[in-house]
Amino acid sequence: MSNEIWAELSGVQKRFGKIVALDGLDLQVRRGELFSVLGPNGAGKSTAVSLMLGLLRPDSGAARLFGKSPLLVEPRRQVGVMMQEVTLAPELRVREHVALVASYYPRPFTPEEAMALTNISPLAARPYGKLSAGQKRQVQFTMAVCGRPKLLFLDEPSVGLDVRARETMWATLRQLIRNGSSIVLTTHYLEEAESLSNRVAVLNKGRLIALGSVNEIRALVVRKYISCSTALAADQIAAWPHVESVTRDQQRLEISTSNSEAVVRRLLAADSNLQELEVRRAGLAEAFTELTQEAA
Amino acid sequence: MMNARSLENPNAFESPRPFEPFDDSPLAGVMSTGRLLRAYLAEARFESLRMFRVLGFSIPFLVLPAALYLLFGVVLFGDAVRNDLSTGKFLFTAFAVFGVMGPGMFGFGATIATEREQGLLTLKRALPAPPGSYLLAKLLMTMLFAFIIMVTMITAALLLGHLPLTFAQCARVTVIDILGSLPFCAIGLFIGTRASGKAAIAFVNLIYVPMMHVSGLFYPLPKFLRTISPVWPTYHLQQLVFGALGMTFYGKSAVHVAVLAGVTVGLTALSVRRLARIG
Repeated sequence: MSNEIWAELSGVQKRFGKIVALDGLDLQVRRGELFSVLGPNGAGKSTAVSLMLGLLRPDSGAARLFGKSPLLVEPRRQVGVMMQEVTLAPELRVREHVALVASYYPRPFTPEEAMALTNISPLAARPYGKLSAGQKRQVQFTMAVCGRPKLLFLDEPSVGLDVRARETMWATLRQLIRNGSSIVLTTHYLEEAESLSNRVAVLNKGRLIALGSVNEIRALVVRKYISCSTALAADQIAAWPHVESVTRDQQRLEISTSNSEAVVRRLLAADSNLQELEVRRAGLAEAFTELTQEAA
Repeated sequence: MMNARSLENPNAFESPRPFEPFDDSPLAGVMSTGRLLRAYLAEARFESLRMFRVLGFSIPFLVLPAALYLLFGVVLFGDAVRNDLSTGKFLFTAFAVFGVMGPGMFGFGATIATEREQGLLTLKRALPAPPGSYLLAKLLMTMLFAFIIMVTMITAALLLGHLPLTFAQCARVTVIDILGSLPFCAIGLFIGTRASGKAAIAFVNLIYVPMMHVSGLFYPLPKFLRTISPVWPTYHLQQLVFGALGMTFYGKSAVHVAVLAGVTVGLTALSVRRLARIG
């Protein structure tokens, strides 16, 4: 990753009628990073991406793509896009769709190279309308990478994909990052963001509420999770200081706490037969839920 | 958890072959004129290919004009046409004009409205599709359809309709009809940028059907309708085709051309402005 900024929103305000979609948002996408934009529905993720792509104009503030206005075609020739809701001509064959999009770029892959890359070569001669929902997403992904883009915008890319197709997509994304490309990912699938991202932005109600690496975001949430096998009663532990909740699943107790060290010490003192002790930090999904609830 | 584990091991599933990275020069976004031209051609080629494959669109629009001309000009009224050449020519002009109305109005109107709804226009705008390539492709598709329609019409007229058309007349009529499809594209575009996919078809029909019947295209009109027939682009196009075949026609060619050009430019400008603002 470098400090070269490829896409940027600065102080962007965007309203739709009375609804404030973005309220003074600042975001920067740097060279060579996988940047995930997370947020609950209506947080402003799609609006932010649409502004970076020049599909919308900000009411105030500025959007820049490779230092230029995203309304110009020149910076967009270095960008690949996969959108969530789009219906492509069902009569055209897969290869024809890829060839058409590749023709928009200065130095694209050949359609054959692009289809080999994303593992859809066997679909080349099939009419797009005859494909399954997952295969259509794979074709759209191929269309997004076929122009050899520096920067790739992916909106919920893996929805509807089976495990194998998702693995191929992720492997391609990793290769793109190794080659120095950047990827902006908007997703509800937090495991995807957690596994792939260098940096994560969490939006809520049009504002940036957290920005950092996956670990930094997880560290924002002090809560930790302790699980163990013990004979102690759940309601007894629930009354201890720093304990937020206790649930029992057969022999195992799951304790959420803001001070794991103190609770572990007391657990070990209270039950000398305690086994299978595990302490884990909040995952991105838990951090995300907590952050967006706090902000609400 | 299986996904997360296999992410840490990129070789768990097939990993793509290493590929050449992007162009990192300052000129990365610059397209050569040759490639740009190829992008416009690719858009037009695939738009035409796709519309040919929609049999519900291509078969009626490509086959009907010549088939109807043969039905009326040869099968039903062949004797009358042989006795009076001007009747044969009149039928020929009527179906030639009728032929180029459909692809423009439906190919533009209904498809743009649907594709707008389906997010295709938004995707094309986000992708670096060259400016105007989407509309230009539809325009070229319509003109290609018009060309094929005229070739089949002329073939039918010469071989079966016994119309004594000279080569120059055929060429003139073809050019006039191909260019004459443009105002119908503009009408379709105007509707397609304003109506929803389903409503667009209804709106197009709402104009298409009266334009066919009350502009004097197929038969002489009663006097009160004749006075308002110049509001229809079909009227002006038919007068130009009459002229091209050496028949008498109403008004001045320059006026007919001006009206058709005015409809084309005016409606296109309104539509393009709306597309740019709203998408």
